[in-house]
Amino acid sequence: MIFGIYSLLSASLFLDLDAVDVAFTEASVGAGISTLLFIATLKLVRRHEKVYRYRPIFALGVVVVTGSLLIYGTFDMPYFGDPEAPAHQHVAPRYLNDSMDEIGVPNVVTSVLASYRGFDTLGEVIVVFTAGIGVMSLLLVSRQTKQLEKGRVPAEMKGQVILRVVAKMMMPLILMFALYVQFHGDYGPGGGFQAGVIFAAGVILYTMLFGLSNAEQVFKRVVIEKLTALGVLIYAGVGIVTMVLGYNFLDYNALAHDPVHGQHYGILLVELGVGITVAAVMMNMFFKFTWRIVKHKYSVEK
Amino acid sequence: MSTQLAILPVVVPLLGAPLCILLRIPRLVGLFAIVVATLSFIASCLLLLAVQNAGGLLIYEMGGWPAPWGIEYRIDYLNAYLILLVSAMGAIILVPAQTSIRRELQENRHTYFYTAYLLCLTGLLGILSTGDAFNVFVFLEISSLSSYTLIALGSDRRALTAAYQYLIMGTIGATFIIIGVGLMYMMTGTLNMFDLFQRLPEVHNSRTVLSAVGFFIVGVCLKLALFPLHLWLPNAYAYAPSVATAFLAATSTKVAVYVLIRCMFSIFGIEFVDTVLPLQQIFIVLALAGIFAASISAIYQLNIKRLFAYSSVAQIGYMILGLAIGTELGITATMLHLFNHALMKAALFLAIGSVVYRIGSAQLNHYAGLGKKMPLTMAALVVGGLSLIGVPLTVGFVSKWYLVVALIDKGWWLVVVLVLISSLLAVIYVWRIIEWVYFVPPRIIVDEVREAPLSQLIPVWLLVGANIYFGLDTTLTVGVSEAAAAALFGMLP
Repeated sequence: MIFGIYSLLSASLFLDLDAVDVAFTEASVGAGISTLLFIATLKLVRRHEKVYRYRPIFALGVVVVTGSLLIYGTFDMPYFGDPEAPAHQHVAPRYLNDSMDEIGVPNVVTSVLASYRGFDTLGEVIVVFTAGIGVMSLLLVSRQTKQLEKGRVPAEMKGQVILRVVAKMMMPLILMFALYVQFHGDYGPGGGFQAGVIFAAGVILYTMLFGLSNAEQVFKRVVIEKLTALGVLIYAGVGIVTMVLGYNFLDYNALAHDPVHGQHYGILLVELGVGITVAAVMMNMFFKFTWRIVKHKYSVEK
Repeated sequence: MSTQLAILPVVVPLLGAPLCILLRIPRLVGLFAIVVATLSFIASCLLLLAVQNAGGLLIYEMGGWPAPWGIEYRIDYLNAYLILLVSAMGAIILVPAQTSIRRELQENRHTYFYTAYLLCLTGLLGILSTGDAFNVFVFLEISSLSSYTLIALGSDRRALTAAYQYLIMGTIGATFIIIGVGLMYMMTGTLNMFDLFQRLPEVHNSRTVLSAVGFFIVGVCLKLALFPLHLWLPNAYAYAPSVATAFLAATSTKVAVYVLIRCMFSIFGIEFVDTVLPLQQIFIVLALAGIFAASISAIYQLNIKRLFAYSSVAQIGYMILGLAIGTELGITATMLHLFNHALMKAALFLAIGSVVYRIGSAQLNHYAGLGKKMPLTMAALVVGGLSLIGVPLTVGFVSKWYLVVALIDKGWWLVVVLVLISSLLAVIYVWRIIEWVYFVPPRIIVDEVREAPLSQLIPVWLLVGANIYFGLDTTLTVGVSEAAAAALFGMLP
C-alpha cells in the first residue's frame, strides 16, 4: 500500500514539475497496476517476511556510499529551473521550436518519444514485451489450470454488490477513456503506454468482480499472448515499411507525400503498437497471477 | 541496401522474437530462430566489410533525424568486430540448442526460450551498434531481462534463485548506469556519445560529472562481473540451461566490457578518466585479485559449469588488465581476448551441454570414464581447456602473448610474472577435468552413454576448429583488433 501511496505522491511531484505525461504514467503504472500485482503476489506467498538473524551492515555501507555520492553530485548541478542550464540549451530548443513544423504534433513529448527518439520507445516496448515473456515462461499454464478453465471460476469478490454495480457503470467509461488517451496523445498528455495500462486496469477491475471465466470469454489467453507480440510487430513493422520505401528505419516521412502527414500516420501507428503490447502484457500478467491463486485455492480445498 | 546495413543485424532478431510467439510450434520456432540468427550473422559480416570500405566509420540516423536530436548508430571497427562475434555465437549456439533444449526444458517452454534468446541477441547487438548513451541503457534492459528469463528457465530449481540474484545485481547495475547517463545529460544537454565526448571537457571539473563517471563505471563493472562484483555469475551460469550458459558466457560479459571501453574512450575520454580517478591502479588490483581468487575458486569446484564460470571471472580479469595498461597494445590485447575467450567458452560450455544431454549431470565425478564413451566431445573439452591455459597453437596463446607483450612494453615486470603464475592455476583446474575424464575408472557402469549427436558435435568442433584456426592465422583477429585500438586512440585530441 505504501508503495502505491509513494507512486501517487511522486506522480503529483512530476505534475508539479510540469511533466504531465510522466505523472500520468507513474499514476497508472506505479500507483495502479504494479500495486495490484504486488497484492496478487502477496496472496500467493505468506504475508510476513521470514526473520533472518544476520545484520546487513555491508549493505548499509553500500547504501550510505551511494547516497553520499549522489548528494556530492548535486553540488555542481545547474540550479533548478535555470534557463541557462545545458539541458535547456542544447537539443531542447529544436524540439520546442521546430517540432511543430517538422512533425506537426502539439504535444512535444509525443513528438520526442515517438519520432525524434522513436527507436528508444521501440526499445521500451520490447522491454515490456520481454518482461511479459519472462512471466509467461515462468508461470506456465498447467494441465490443472486448463481443467479449471473449462469449469467456471467464481469471482473472489462476488458478494460485493455495490462494487459490482458501480464497476459495471464505470467499465465503459474506463475503456473509453483509455481509447481517448490512446488516440489523443498527439494533442494532450497521454499515449500508448498510459492508454494500455488504463485499458488493462479496466479489464482487471472487471475480472476481480465478475470472475476469470467471464473475463476470459472476451480476452482469450492465446489471443492475448499473440497480442503482446503483435504490438511490437506493428511498431517495428512501421520501421520496416519505411526501410522498404527507401527511407531510414522509422523515418515516418516515407509514409505520406508530405512530412507532417507522414509523421502523423507514423506516430498514430506506433502508439497503437505500444498500446496493444502494454495492455496485453498487463492483462496477461494479471491473469497468470490470478490463475495461480485460483489453482492454489482449489488444491487446498481438495 | 548498403545504406541500411548498419541496422540490419539488430532489426532482424528484433522482428524475429515477436514472430516466434505468433508461430508457436516448438519445433518450427527452433528452426526459425536459427534462420533469424543466421540472417543477422550474414548482415554483420557484410557490415564489417562495409565499415572497411567506408574507411572505418558508418553512421546511420534512426528515423532520419540527425545526431544529437535523434538516435544514431555509429559503427566503427570496434563494434563491427564485436557485432560479428556476437551474431556468430548467437547463430552457432542455436544449432545444438535444438536437441539440448528438448532434453532440458518442458515442451511448452520452448517457444519462450527461443523468444527470450532472440530478444537477448537483439539487446546485445543493439548495445554494440548504438552511438547514443540512453539507447545503450534501453537495449541493456532488453538483454538483461531476457537473460534473467533464460537463466530462470533452467531445470534445476536453484536456477530461480540464481536468476533472482542476478536480477537484483543487474538492476542495481542498470540503475547506476542510468544515474550516470542522467547526470551527464544534466551537465551537457545531450545523450549522443560523440556529442558528449565533445561537450564534456567544458564541464570536466564539476563534481556532477565526476559522480556521473563513478556511477557509470561501477554500473558497467557490475554487469561485466569484475571481481568483487562477480557474485551473481557462478550460480547464474551453473543453473541456466546449458545452451543459455554457452550463449551468455560467450557474449554478455563481452558486451559489458565493450561498454566499459566505449565509455572510457568515446564518452569521457581516457585522459580525463585517468586524471580524476585512479582507475588504472584500481583496475590492476581488481583484475589481478579477480584472476587469482576466481582461478583458485575454480580449482575447488565440483560442478564443471561452476568451475568454468569462475574461470570466466578470471578471464574477465585479463581483459580488464589489458584495459588498465591503457596503451594501444593493451587495448589490442583486450580486444583479442574478448574474441578468443568467446570462442573458448562457447566451445567448452557447448561440450558440457552435450554431456548434460547424455548423462543429465554437470558434476565432475560423473565425468569418470567419459573419455572412452564420448571421445570426440571430451577431446573438444580438452582442446578448449588447453586454449584457456594459453598453450601455443590455440587462440588462448595469442591473446596471452599480446597481453604479456603489452605489459613488457609498459615495463610492468611484476604483473607479467603474476599473469604467468595465474596460467599455472588454469593448468590445475583443467588438469582436474582431464584426470576425471580419462584416468578415473567409472564407479557406475554407464554402458548406454553414447557419443553426442551430430547436431551438437559439429558446432562444438566448428568452435574448436576456430580456436585452433585463429590461433594459427591471426590476420583477421589481430588486424581488426589493432585497427579498433588505433581508432580509439585516434579519437584523442
